[in-house]
Amino acid sequence: MIQKVVGSLEEAVAGVFDGATVMIGGFGEAGSPIELIHALIDSGAKDLTVVSNNTGSGEVGLAALIANRRVRKMICSFPRTANSTVFPELYKKGEIELELVPQGTLAERIRAGGAGIPAFYTPASVNTPLAEGKEHRVFKGNTFVLEEGIRADFSLVKAHRADRFGNLVYNKTARNFGPIMCMAANTAIVQVKEVVEAGTLDPEQVVTPGIFVQRVVEIAHPAHESELVAAKRRYPW
Amino acid sequence: MVDQAPKGWTMNEVAQKLALDIPDGSYVNLGIGIPELVADHVPEGRELIYHTENGLLGMGPVPSPGTEDPELINAGKKPVTALPGAAYFHHADSFAMIRGQHLDVCVLGALQISGKGDLANWSTGEPGAIPAVGGAMDLVAGVKHIYVISQHTTKTGEAKIVRECTYPLTGKGVVSRIYTNLAIIEVQPGGLYVLEMAPGVTKEYLQAQTDAPLVGFP
Repeated sequence: MIQKVVGSLEEAVAGVFDGATVMIGGFGEAGSPIELIHALIDSGAKDLTVVSNNTGSGEVGLAALIANRRVRKMICSFPRTANSTVFPELYKKGEIELELVPQGTLAERIRAGGAGIPAFYTPASVNTPLAEGKEHRVFKGNTFVLEEGIRADFSLVKAHRADRFGNLVYNKTARNFGPIMCMAANTAIVQVKEVVEAGTLDPEQVVTPGIFVQRVVEIAHPAHESELVAAKRRYPW
Repeated sequence: MVDQAPKGWTMNEVAQKLALDIPDGSYVNLGIGIPELVADHVPEGRELIYHTENGLLGMGPVPSPGTEDPELINAGKKPVTALPGAAYFHHADSFAMIRGQHLDVCVLGALQISGKGDLANWSTGEPGAIPAVGGAMDLVAGVKHIYVISQHTTKTGEAKIVRECTYPLTGKGVVSRIYTNLAIIEVQPGGLYVLEMAPGVTKEYLQAQTDAPLVGFP
């Protein structure tokens, strides 16, 4: 019998090894799997390469993972946002690496990784510093730059509902990078507000088919990052 | 000299002029900050569909206090609403809309714009600054019409419309129109053509505030 739902956060993040590449969903706090990230901090995994659009805020969630010195390198499009201080301070001290990627290129690199496409050409970043040193090619008179797909050892994603097969639906703009990060990881780990009986999710409405998901954990009342940041909470508590 | 400088339009007035230039039925992406003002000035009877790159078409106005949803936000990570007929989608689909030339208009802010339509709006290139690009490079590479809305000069009075951008580029030859507090300017193959000037602005004054040559006037 297929049962992807695990009983604890500890089980959910089990096996994340030092040096792993970990994709973390979310755009700002929307879709950020904050409980999974805290469980990853508890697991002790370090020297991680993290792929995520931002670098977190305050000292909870992704920012806490960075503050606890578990991240060797960030691959992201926008490493500074409101209340984002942890990454900028380490970056200025030269203590964390940054690979800056245009947001659409980041999304497509993840999608391509999940889809078995090693690389693709995009018009974004041509004639900018972010295209320097990369292969260029002209198609029908326009110049494009070659970008490589990314795969991850693990993805941490937040969705709304799941069943035991790992089928997922999301909530509003918290979907963002979730579906493609599930596709691109060897082990996609998803926290959901609710696990439902198989057959409850309408097959026409499933956003991420369960084949892309390996582990599901139910977190019925996830924390709101902005509330934790406003309360100046710091993880580990 | 400063006393005689024309005040020009307010940014609200500029946003209103820009909104008038977006045809009914357009799919539009508005950048963070001043570009967001455009949404307040869409003429009655005209329907635009707003795209936000974090995964929503049919974005509506700011929610009333107490109804904000942290999982319903715009690219600036501020709470928004979804209008009837809205659709949510993931990031790769969102940028397929952008890069695949499905969006009609994108309105962005600028640090510098060159006379050839080059745009610099993501980095001043200062050493030690944290570089952050977001979706700007994808937007300028893919959206059919890129309109810039900006003050005509910097806070310290330096030209923003320059012969060559000195800041790192977001894209080359991508801007089609520039809307400022002093003028509306179109980027054409032959150079910068002024379409309209704010009250009290003369050709001489406008050129003095603009490093790149202005080759046509109304």
